[in-house]
Amino acid sequence: MKEDLIFSEKEGILTARITCDIDHHTAKPMRESIDRLLFERKPSVLVIDFSEVGFMDSSGLGLILGRADKAAALGISVQVIGLSPTLMKLVRLCGIEKINNLSVTR
Amino acid sequence: MKRKINDMKLRLPAISVNEAVSRSVISAFVAELNPTVEELGDLRCAVSEAVTNCIVHAYRSLAADEVGYIYISVRLYDNREVSIEISDNGCGIEDLDLARTPSFTTGEYGERCGMGFLVMESFTDSLSVKSRPGRGTTVLMRKILKP
Repeated sequence: MKEDLIFSEKEGILTARITCDIDHHTAKPMRESIDRLLFERKPSVLVIDFSEVGFMDSSGLGLILGRADKAAALGISVQVIGLSPTLMKLVRLCGIEKINNLSVTR
Repeated sequence: MKRKINDMKLRLPAISVNEAVSRSVISAFVAELNPTVEELGDLRCAVSEAVTNCIVHAYRSLAADEVGYIYISVRLYDNREVSIEISDNGCGIEDLDLARTPSFTTGEYGERCGMGFLVMESFTDSLSVKSRPGRGTTVLMRKILKP
């Protein structure tokens, strides 16, 4: 079975690669796994890679915002990468690219 | 005068696996109008938001052995209009203006971001919401696809 979330870690950078659609149904286990590793590994940077995400609704925004918030409390910066034009449209809608410890690139 | 060319009704239990089911069914149904990838993405996202609201909010106070239902009605018109109505018989919304305010949520902190109605509004051409506390909510979205 294909994993929905694949982690890798190198030199203090924890990368979470999401490989499935993100909605309210799928987001919860992903949020919990990412949070657990943030607390356990305490990386300097968390990278969330969306390049294999075909669909996302506002649950994905909640996932990004909630992680940015928890990471900020631990002094960790968050990079969101691999957003398709469709996903970027959603991200721009709520202005999350303006958050301090969060950077968003395609 | 626009003419209806197809219509569909769907009733689904308000369980989260049906978020993906509802948007897949609507994608297939709308395919007849050959929407662009962007239009289809917009509709899928708007539907997912409305259905998620029914699951997360409308039926949140149901007992474990009770099942709430989501009613979806889709109509296609010859002017390339897609009309999607999504209703529930759940708790209703006390203050619609507040519910539609971006970033307002009654959901779990760090989970919901309060963007559902903004997404529905931004990704369709019109959104109307009717709600009666204790009786339920109906969301009507319309989008006219490009020629």
